[in-house]
Formats: sequence, structure tokens, C-alpha cells
Amino acid sequence: MNETAAVAHATHESPGFVRTYLFSTDHKMIAKQFLWLGLIMMLLGGLLALMVRWELAWPETQLPLMNLISEKTWEALNESGSWIARMIPNGFISPESYNSLFTMHATIMVFLVVMPILVGTFGNFLIPLQIGAPDMAFPVLNMLSFWTTALGGLVMLAGFFVPGGHAAGGWTAYAPLSAQAIYTGVNWGQHLWLISLFILGVGSLMGSINYITTVINMRARGMTWFRMPLTIWSLFITAVLLLFALPVLQAAAVLLLFDRTLGTSFYLPAGGGEPLLWQHLFWFFGHPEVYVLILPAMGIVCDILPVFSRKPIFGYKAMAVAMISIAFLGFIVWGHHMFISGMNPSLAVGFSITTILISVPAALITMNWIATLFRASIRFTTPMLFALGVVSMFIIGGLSGIFLGLAPTDIFLHDTYFVVAHFHYIVFGFSILGIFAGIYFWFPKMFGRKLNETLGKIHFLATFITFNLVFFPMHMLGIGGHMRRIYNPLQYPFLEPLQPMNVFITVSAFLLGASQILFMINFFWGLAGKKTWEQNPWEANTLEWTAAPPRPPHGNFLTPPIVHHGPYVYSLPGSTQDWAPQNEELPGKLARAAAG
Amino acid sequence: MSDVASHSVAYAAESPLTPESWGKLGMWVFLAGDAMMFGALLAGYGALRYGSLTWPVPAHVLGISLTAFMTFLLICSSVTMVKALEAIRMGKPERMRNFLLLTMLGGAIFLGLQAYEWNHLIHTGLGFSGNPWGGALFGTTFFIITGFHGMHVTGGVIYLGIVMLRGVGGHYSAARYQPVEVAGLYWHFVDLVWIMVFTFIYLL
Repeated sequence: MNETAAVAHATHESPGFVRTYLFSTDHKMIAKQFLWLGLIMMLLGGLLALMVRWELAWPETQLPLMNLISEKTWEALNESGSWIARMIPNGFISPESYNSLFTMHATIMVFLVVMPILVGTFGNFLIPLQIGAPDMAFPVLNMLSFWTTALGGLVMLAGFFVPGGHAAGGWTAYAPLSAQAIYTGVNWGQHLWLISLFILGVGSLMGSINYITTVINMRARGMTWFRMPLTIWSLFITAVLLLFALPVLQAAAVLLLFDRTLGTSFYLPAGGGEPLLWQHLFWFFGHPEVYVLILPAMGIVCDILPVFSRKPIFGYKAMAVAMISIAFLGFIVWGHHMFISGMNPSLAVGFSITTILISVPAALITMNWIATLFRASIRFTTPMLFALGVVSMFIIGGLSGIFLGLAPTDIFLHDTYFVVAHFHYIVFGFSILGIFAGIYFWFPKMFGRKLNETLGKIHFLATFITFNLVFFPMHMLGIGGHMRRIYNPLQYPFLEPLQPMNVFITVSAFLLGASQILFMINFFWGLAGKKTWEQNPWEANTLEWTAAPPRPPHGNFLTPPIVHHGPYVYSLPGSTQDWAPQNEELPGKLARAAAG
Repeated sequence: MSDVASHSVAYAAESPLTPESWGKLGMWVFLAGDAMMFGALLAGYGALRYGSLTWPVPAHVLGISLTAFMTFLLICSSVTMVKALEAIRMGKPERMRNFLLLTMLGGAIFLGLQAYEWNHLIHTGLGFSGNPWGGALFGTTFFIITGFHGMHVTGGVIYLGIVMLRGVGGHYSAARYQPVEVAGLYWHFVDLVWIMVFTFIYLL
């Protein structure tokens, strides 16, 4: 796009409310739409988790505040068959609704919180800005991607209101439990769950096609593959993972829907079907999906650490290669979710080996992060604190993963709270902390306003401490034999001594939930605050801070940027300034040092 | 496809893979994902078939000769698709229109024959969830996989129809042939997948 076209693009008349805020084709607005979707859903997913925790700490007691509703009102609700009465009859959680609660907590957190924010928001916002492109390759497809995702979200929410309640077979929806309504008593809830997953998959695939095409074709002049910020590498790899994994889930989900509605028996042994087929197809999607949930956060941390360490990232190419190998290995490890499904032990050995191989690139990434921080004069800003949180939580979550990746230990730990502890260290400790790091870091670019640093730091400390208080004890619960997805732990005498720990976890969980109020205050306060026109508040190198105007118009750059070196040129010896914008040409000697 | 994509040629990007058209790369990426969906269905089919003791020999139940003719027809339609692209690259939109019509005709006859085949098989007792030859999922997998492919052919005929109408409207020329090429990629993919489906569902 030439200069006049870009200016014309930037200054053309306002397209009106609907085209600006609802059906915008501007990647930055679409990113914000995904952010709102994800944050609202995070509130819902978090409330569901707190209900699960209440049940585990004080089984079969009335939920808090429910005593304010009179018995008469409950009676009326029960008689009318209201969805509230079905979900929490008389203010209690029933065994059936408990199953729905944990199923929907996981489903919402994975598909409607972490994916929309990490992939939808940061993917949309950062890819064109960081590679120096005016927009995505297919802006209309991009808009459709958001609205398809929103439709999928609506279908998912509708499941709460249908007779029989929402899906209750776990987020993994193992057949035959999920394949016939008689097992869970859920009919339309599970149908809608499957339809919604299919729609969400279509939305994600539209995004993937856009991300891959944009990164391959639209990098600004000079932005070679190995000058891309690692965030772009991670988002590109994520898009490839989604492209190859999601269609498999979609096919599996449609077959499951046919089993439920059209009388086929893909997953039903009685009709010649094979329940394990679901597990294979689901986990062929499910394990790459785990990397979808962490890779973008990994890239974000790779971009934040150097900015606040004022040092180049340690081992840039090794980082990119490590992320590619994690993605590749992610497709050949799915069997480690199925060690106790009766698989051939020699097959389990193979899956154990490929799984443990992943610890090589994972350890490499962690070590490179630590090497980046080593002897740096660190600026402890809020995004940096969250990024450091990610690094430390990845160590714990990665180490607990080793026990689950090896068949001999996994057979003991499978389906216990140890697993719950492990994946929350990854999905909360890594992905959600990474999301917060990204929001605090890019908020000035997204909204042209700054978040409060003091409040942000308090939010970090409260979240980090209470998070560990919630999830660390779960390792002990799991080793003690506390099973996952259990309605009332007190039904087993051997779990009774562990009950005080459950109470402790629940109290901590409520504190963790309350800590997020600090974020909400900061977020809305920030949005209402004064606009800043600060170009580069963090003194970073990447194009969104250096080449784009403070509040980039539709079309992003007034002139197409030209990139001269990689994104991590900090504290270059002999330079007067300790950062070097990617679009700034360095004098000969320094340029050679920056390239080396 | 969009205002930005239309700038693709003027936009000085670093080493783009398909500088002539971003839609081309977009279509390749989409087809890779679509291939995974067919792959999942065929892998599931394989697992169910080899887990079954009573799976009939497909050739004994399904007519091979008609399907072989359908395969031939689809391959011919790929040839006419190539000719259509060649015509527009030489700047002959009317020739392109004729070849696109032939391609669509090939697809439409394929669909008609598939409808006839389904009808015939249903009358001989092949049901969606059961059949007299054993292997309850034999019919299910047959209808789902050939049906999924048939949906692709249907979508393809409609897609080619839109391309043809736009061609008649003068949207394409020797310099702007890319949308025809992209449509061709899709059509060839649908052919290629059919050969897989034919091999696994009918021949093996």
C-alpha cells in the first residue's frame, strides 16, 4: 500500500457505529471484541469453579447467600421447572448439576476464555502490528471469525437453560457416557455442547487461515522469518496446530452427535462401535490443544522479559526451534492421556518416550528465560511480574507433568487431584498469568490509556499467592488418592483426614476470585482514564511501539515500515540508547553487532 | 476478496509465498485443514472396520463399475477445470465460461449418479444404522463419508457457478486470473479426496 493510499485509509470518514464497533473489519477492533468475550466468560467460568469448590469443602450444604431466598420462592421455582431450580435445587448443588458445573467450567475456560483471549485477542492485535502489515490478509473473514465464535458461545450458554441441564460428561466427553442420554440424564445440553464446539471450531479455523496467510505473505520489508518477534512465531505455530487439530475434533463431535440423535453407534459397543475411537480422536485434538493454550503465552513472555531485562532474549533461534518441536511432538503424544484405557503396554512405552522428549524443548525454553534474566537490571513492572510468574509456574507445572507422562506413575496418579493440580499450573499459572502479562503490557497500545501500576502489582501479588495456595495442596490431595470429578469426598473414609485441606483450598479459591476484583477495577478505571499519546511507554523495539502511531488508525502504519534488525536489540555495547527500534537503521558497526 | 487483499500486488512485503494472490495461500491452508477432517473420518472408518469381525467385502455390496465411471467423470472435470484456467490466462473469458460449464456439468452428473447409487443401495437394504450383510457401521460410514464428499462437490459446483457468473460479468482477465486458479485448487482437492474415498470405501 503506498503512502497516499495509507493516508486516505487513515483519514477516511467515520464508518458509523455498527461498522466501527460491531462489524468492524479492523483487526484491532476484532481483537478487542475477542477480549470482551473472553473476560466476560472468565467471570462466568470462575463462578462455576467457585461453586465446584464450595461443594468439595462443605459437601451437600446450601450455597452462600441462598438462605436469603425464601422456601416459598424455592418451591415456586421447583414447580415451574426453572433452570435455577435444576442447577441448584433449594440452593444446594445436586450430584447431577455438580457434573454439569465442572464440565462447563472446563469447557468455558478452554474454548471461551483462554482461546479467545490468547489466540483471538493477541493474535489479531499483534500479528499485523508486529510484522508491519496494514491488516490481516482477509479482513472480512476475520470479522466472521469473531461472530462465528460469538455464535458458538451463545449456543454454549443456551445449554444451561434447556431441560435436563447442561453437558455433564466432563470436558473430554468420553463415550459411551456422552453418547447416550440415559447415562447422564442430559439430552439437549450435550447436543448443544457438541454443536457449539463445531461452530467454535469453524470460527477458530477462519482465524487460523488468516494468521497463517498473513504471517507468510504480509511481513514488512526486512521482516525476515528470524527477525519476527517470538510472539509472532508462537501465534503462527499455534495457528498451524489449530489447523491440523481442530478438524479432527469437529469430525469426532459430529459422529458423536449422530450417535446421540440419529441412532448410529460409532462409539457404542452394542452397535459394533468403539468407545476408544472417541478417546483417540479427542486426544489427537486435545494434546495439541494444550499447546494452543500455552504457546501464545510463551511467546508473550519471550517478548516481555527482554523489554524489562534490557537484554536480548537468550537463544532466539533456539526458542523458535523449541516451539516448533513442541508443536510437532504435540501430535504424537496423545496416548499419554489413555494409559489406563487398556492400551498395549508397549504402545504406552512409545507414548511415554515421545512425551518425555517434550521436556527437552520445554527445559530449553525455561533455561533461556532464566539466562535472559541472569545479571539483568530488571524493571519490575506489572507485566514483568506476571511474566516472571509464568516462568516460575511453568517450572512447577512442567515438573508435575513428568510424573503424568510416564505410564508407571500415571497409572497411580490418573484421574486424581494431582492431574487437576498439574493442568491448573499450566492453564492458570501459565496461560492466565500470561494473559494478564499481555493485557498489562499492551493495554496502552490497545486502548491508548495506561493501567495503574500500583494496583496492578497488588493484583499480581494477590493472584500469585492465592493461586499457589489453591493449587499446590492439590498435589498432596491427589497423591492421597482424592479422585477428580468427585461429588462428595466424605463418602470415602480414607479421604476424611484430607478434608481440612479441601476447606483450605476453597477458602483460598474464594480469595483468588476476590483478587480479580482488583483487576476489574483497574481495567475499568483504565478505560475511563485520560488518553495518553505516549508512543513507546516501555521503551520496546517491536514495530507496534516504534513504527505505528500511538493510536494506529485502520490501516495501522502511515508509511509501510522497513525492518533493519531483530526485535531483541537491547543494551547494545557502544550505543547511547539501550534499545534499538526494529525500524531504525543503526550505523554500520552497531548494525553488525545487532545482527550478530 | 477484500480491499486489503486487492492491494496484494502493490504491497511490498518481505518474501511472500504467493505474491500474486493471498487467496491462493489461504485456500491451500483451508484445504490442509479440510484434509485433516477427511483424514479423521477415514482413520475412524479404518479403526471401526478392522475392529469388526463381520464387515462385508465392499465390492460385493457396492457397485464398482458405476463408481469407477463416476471417478472417471470427476477426473475429466478436473481436466476441463485446467482448460478453463488456461483459457482465462490467455485472455479468453468466453472459452473459460464454456470449460467452467463443462466442469460444473461433470460435478452435477457425479451428484446425480451418487443420488441414484444411494437410492439403489437403500432399496437393497443398506441402512444408516444397520444392514443385512453384517458390520452395523458399514452403512453408517459409507453414507457419512460419501455424503461428506458429496457436500464438497455440491459446494464446489455452486462455487464454480459464482466464478463463472463473475467471469461473464467481466471480472477476470489474463492479468486477473487468480480467483479462477483458487477455485481450481478447491476443485482438484475434491477430486483427489474422491480417489481416496473410492479406494478406501469401495476398492479395499
